[in-house]
Amino acid sequence: MKKQTILNNTIIIICLCAIGIGMLLPLIWMLSTSLKEGNAVNSFPPEWIPNPIKWSNYKDAVEAVPFFRYFMNSVIISVTVTFGQVLTSAMAAYAFSRLNFPGRDTLFFGYLATMIIPGSVTMIPTFILFRSLHLVDTYTALILPGMFSAYGTFMLRQFFMSLPRELEDAAKIDGCTLPMVFWNVILPLSKPGLATLATFTFLGSWNNFMWPLVVTSSELKKVLPLGLMSFQGQYSTQTNLLMAGSLIALIPIILVFLFNQRYFIKGIQMGAVKG
Amino acid sequence: MEKWKKLWSNEKFVGYTFILPNFLGFLLFTSLPVIASLILSFMNWDILNEPEWAGFDNFVNLLGFHRDEGAIVANDAEFWKYLYNTVYMMLIIPVSMVGSLLLALLLNREIKGIVAFRAIYFLPSICAGVAVCLLWKWLLNSNYEIGLINSSIATVASWFGIDPMSVNYPKWLSDPALSKPALMIMSLWSGIGGMNMILYLAALQNVPQELYEAADIDGASSFQKFWKITLPFLSPTTFFITIMSIIGGFQGGFTQAFVMTEGGPAGSTTTIEYYLYNNAYSYFQMGYAAAIAWVIFIIVLILTMINWKFGGKLVHY
Repeated sequence: MKKQTILNNTIIIICLCAIGIGMLLPLIWMLSTSLKEGNAVNSFPPEWIPNPIKWSNYKDAVEAVPFFRYFMNSVIISVTVTFGQVLTSAMAAYAFSRLNFPGRDTLFFGYLATMIIPGSVTMIPTFILFRSLHLVDTYTALILPGMFSAYGTFMLRQFFMSLPRELEDAAKIDGCTLPMVFWNVILPLSKPGLATLATFTFLGSWNNFMWPLVVTSSELKKVLPLGLMSFQGQYSTQTNLLMAGSLIALIPIILVFLFNQRYFIKGIQMGAVKG
Repeated sequence: MEKWKKLWSNEKFVGYTFILPNFLGFLLFTSLPVIASLILSFMNWDILNEPEWAGFDNFVNLLGFHRDEGAIVANDAEFWKYLYNTVYMMLIIPVSMVGSLLLALLLNREIKGIVAFRAIYFLPSICAGVAVCLLWKWLLNSNYEIGLINSSIATVASWFGIDPMSVNYPKWLSDPALSKPALMIMSLWSGIGGMNMILYLAALQNVPQELYEAADIDGASSFQKFWKITLPFLSPTTFFITIMSIIGGFQGGFTQAFVMTEGGPAGSTTTIEYYLYNNAYSYFQMGYAAAIAWVIFIIVLILTMINWKFGGKLVHY
């Protein structure tokens, strides 16, 4: 029996490895190409290991367009959006889960009901709003709409509901005001929930394409996805540089994902509860 | 000081204060825009001139039919074509779901290091976006010396002694018959190990082990156990994933179309979402675009209601 389990597990691990390599193949090819010399990119049969390895492609890619600028725009926007969304969601979630005030449940139901509204419904009026305020092509337009989320509020509310109340009561008896309870008791206890929402928000914001496309027009305000598009427009034949640039754009989200994996997976399972 | 403390201990005051920032955002970027887009869908507006009231014109032009020399034709044949494209591309959903389930079954066991595989399978789904579209655009290049997929076909051909030059390669993104399948292959790659696999994995871990033990005593085969125990237990998850994927599908396809195909060739990869974008930001028909958005919204609403009504009841065991 024992022997059979070991054999079974070996077969399964071989299967898992084969599938894993298959899934990573496009990304490995991307990495390999990003390190090739220009004339080695298109060759048959395909060359998997670049010879020679040309690290300078990354330098060339970064210098070919204002890449640093795009990258910093993406970082600034994604970090601000994440921070803002987690903060506003946590505050609202605290009020929805712990404080009693008239109209609370009605309001919460309103939040729930809007969670299914497709982004394209609100996008056009939001664009018109920013346009009429002359805020097109500003960081404000890129950041502000992402800072509020009914989904984030809902998720954190569910998380706060699961926390024990004893610590809060003790803090109140010790003379803490409600904002102090929120800051000193609720937030520290909710790190997994906050990290989950932060990971989701960061990835969503980093990959966001349509909204930046709609509200930006100048080079200076372009985020990475848009920067990659103009890169492709200018250097469409230099695939090695294009792949180097694309890979740089992927590295932050791959890192965030690898560091926050367990939160991420938890978040998906929590999100499923809403259905 | 005492007064200040009393104020910040008042649940009503703190409650409203804490909700305020979020509520303002909610009002400004969700509630008001929803109402505005509904009003806009009954108007004609090119952004530059004054908007005009159009009544139901946008919806009639979008969804209606008229008689043309005896034949009944759609007022906006393009919309129906793009709706067809959108639904067509959703045909990958069942394939992707079966794949996710199989991966989850493989991952659902206690072997050291299995978590690493879960992370690897998940990786493609978080890389969704422009970078990955650029990568696939190039993988799908029809020249076998450029695109990796056709170059793999060429490699296999050369094993059989066929000259790679003489092979008639699939033209993928430049062939209207293959462009949709090509994008579906890409979404299979990015979706198979993503959210759905994780949801299945969580559901598998909730199946009571006693049932399997009891089935073992009765001498059930692995297949019987899967068919009679596992699958019924997974049915709520399957239902949830199906509905969510369809909802996502109706709103999808924008980035691929924009980055890889520009909706072509011959409009074969234009989805409703891309059509909406073009109406709003290329043709500046804001009212018409808002009407399209509301059609998508209503489809999503119906699907969500189906999910609410039947989602909880779908457990057969």
